[in-house]
Amino acid sequence: MTDAVGRRPGPLGLAARAWRSKPALRFRRNRAAMVGLALVLVLVAVALFAPWLSPIEPDRQNLRMRLEPPSLAHPFGTDEFGRSLLARVIHGARISLLTGLVPVAVAGTIGTTIGLLAGFYRGRVDTVLMRAMDVLLAFPSLLLALAVVGALGPGLRNAVIAVALVGIPQYARIARSVVLATREEEYVQAARALGARDGRLLRRHVLPSTMGPLTVQATLGIGFAILSMAGLSFLGLGVQPPTADWGEMLARGRRYLPDAGWLLVFPGAAISLTVLGFNLLGDGLRDALDPRD
Amino acid sequence: MTTYVLRRLVGLVPVLLGVTLLVFAMVWVSPGDPVLAILGESAQGIDRASLEELRRAYGLDRPLAVQYLDYLGSVLQGDLGVSVRSGRTVVAEIATRLPATLLLAGAGMTIAIAIGLSLGVVAALRRGTWIDYLAVLVALLGVSVPVFWSGLLMMMLFALTLEWLPASGIGSWRHLVMPAAAIGFASSAFIARITRSSMVDVLRQDYVRTARAKGLPPARVDLGHALRNALLPVVTVVGLQFGSLLGGAVLTETVFAWPGIGRMLVDAIRSRDLPLVQGTVLFVATGFILVNLLVDLSYAALNPRIRYD
Repeated sequence: MTDAVGRRPGPLGLAARAWRSKPALRFRRNRAAMVGLALVLVLVAVALFAPWLSPIEPDRQNLRMRLEPPSLAHPFGTDEFGRSLLARVIHGARISLLTGLVPVAVAGTIGTTIGLLAGFYRGRVDTVLMRAMDVLLAFPSLLLALAVVGALGPGLRNAVIAVALVGIPQYARIARSVVLATREEEYVQAARALGARDGRLLRRHVLPSTMGPLTVQATLGIGFAILSMAGLSFLGLGVQPPTADWGEMLARGRRYLPDAGWLLVFPGAAISLTVLGFNLLGDGLRDALDPRD
Repeated sequence: MTTYVLRRLVGLVPVLLGVTLLVFAMVWVSPGDPVLAILGESAQGIDRASLEELRRAYGLDRPLAVQYLDYLGSVLQGDLGVSVRSGRTVVAEIATRLPATLLLAGAGMTIAIAIGLSLGVVAALRRGTWIDYLAVLVALLGVSVPVFWSGLLMMMLFALTLEWLPASGIGSWRHLVMPAAAIGFASSAFIARITRSSMVDVLRQDYVRTARAKGLPPARVDLGHALRNALLPVVTVVGLQFGSLLGGAVLTETVFAWPGIGRMLVDAIRSRDLPLVQGTVLFVATGFILVNLLVDLSYAALNPRIRYD
């Protein structure tokens, strides 16, 4: 594509054009989706600027200030080591975002590749790959994650592997169904007739058409991954102390109930708002990209 | 219908084999020596010769394919191994804990269906009103709020502050209220969402319009004509929700110290009791597959078009 002067638009130009496109217009008119986008942007900003936003370091202990209720000095109160809960919730955004993005990136890459190959080559490749996906889908998702952590052992890395594995079949299925529809399209047939090799066909002509549905799935998947990771950390099988993590904070905070309710309220609200944000954003993207629904 | 049932049963075989293969592989991806994985901490620090002997005794020196077939044979005979921690068979451990989980899952599912169905139906009938927005809100919160957090908040409010209900454990129906409400609420979200959209679709159909035009009472059209047909997709979601209910049960049982399979699984992972982890995972996954099969079959029984696909 070239503009009126005949030059290719730069990234900013492309972004501006995308913002004015029809799906973007539908997205911007969707109030729930905009709320979701705002929540996600706040999370990203908090995660990026955590060291500057946080009043003190999340690990600094002050045993004279143990289990202090919320006050001006400590807006979210302090935990059993006298650490600022606000600082820990702010820094927890980093781990949350990381544990949401990494499994989705891994699962998205592997799942999409599997789906592309299965849908493009069909036949035996399709049967073998998709049967393997059926096996993964046969497990309730948290159970599969627990099985992986049970085999590999608890810890952040293994929990990320577990949550990624759970996501793979979703991407594979979506990619495959789009590929099955796309491979018969005339432009793909034309490229094939012109002598394009399989790799080029897949990369240049088939892959782009999977991007819409996969983006929706990935956005919803980030919310799901954050929720699953928080669950694993809550069970003591994911992020380990002293790393500031929302799920782990809840697991420790419950020991000080009902007197220190703030230990529960703030990390839990942070998880819920984050997941809500990604869910609203994902739903909004789906409605914007697929108006028929 | 018999052909359909048979076809579905045959289709399950590769999936079930895959599940057993994955569970079998857990020993081999587990870090360290497989003997140590199977025997747990009790085998730590034993000398090389004994390790070698144990490996032979457990048949771990044989080719993997032979070991897998051996494992499959044991599983088919109902032998899931022995728990490292308790020394009891895995089957006995599961049998002890299963009733508590079934009770929790059953109560949770009842709550989920009750809330989800009524909210979904009313939202579809009163589109654009406050109850419709309430249904959307419940559906959103249900999928966004972690079940362990809503459980803990309930515990803080109803057990520790108001002291209306016991905070944890099992015994009377009062112990069941909070854990069942926690997982039920989470699952009701999907059911409400799907009921609403399915009901909205059905309400647009010609036969519903005809029924109204005939002058039938609105309640009879809404419930007799529309709801009956709108329930079809809901049946599938209820089946799928059973899986997330089981996942939710793991977290909820941990929050409320409910002595079910979920909590047993988490304890087994923490104490590196691999045979118990494997057996529980295999048992729950098989249960989930069978429940989904039953759901599909009931769906086919309700909707004859499915069978002839």
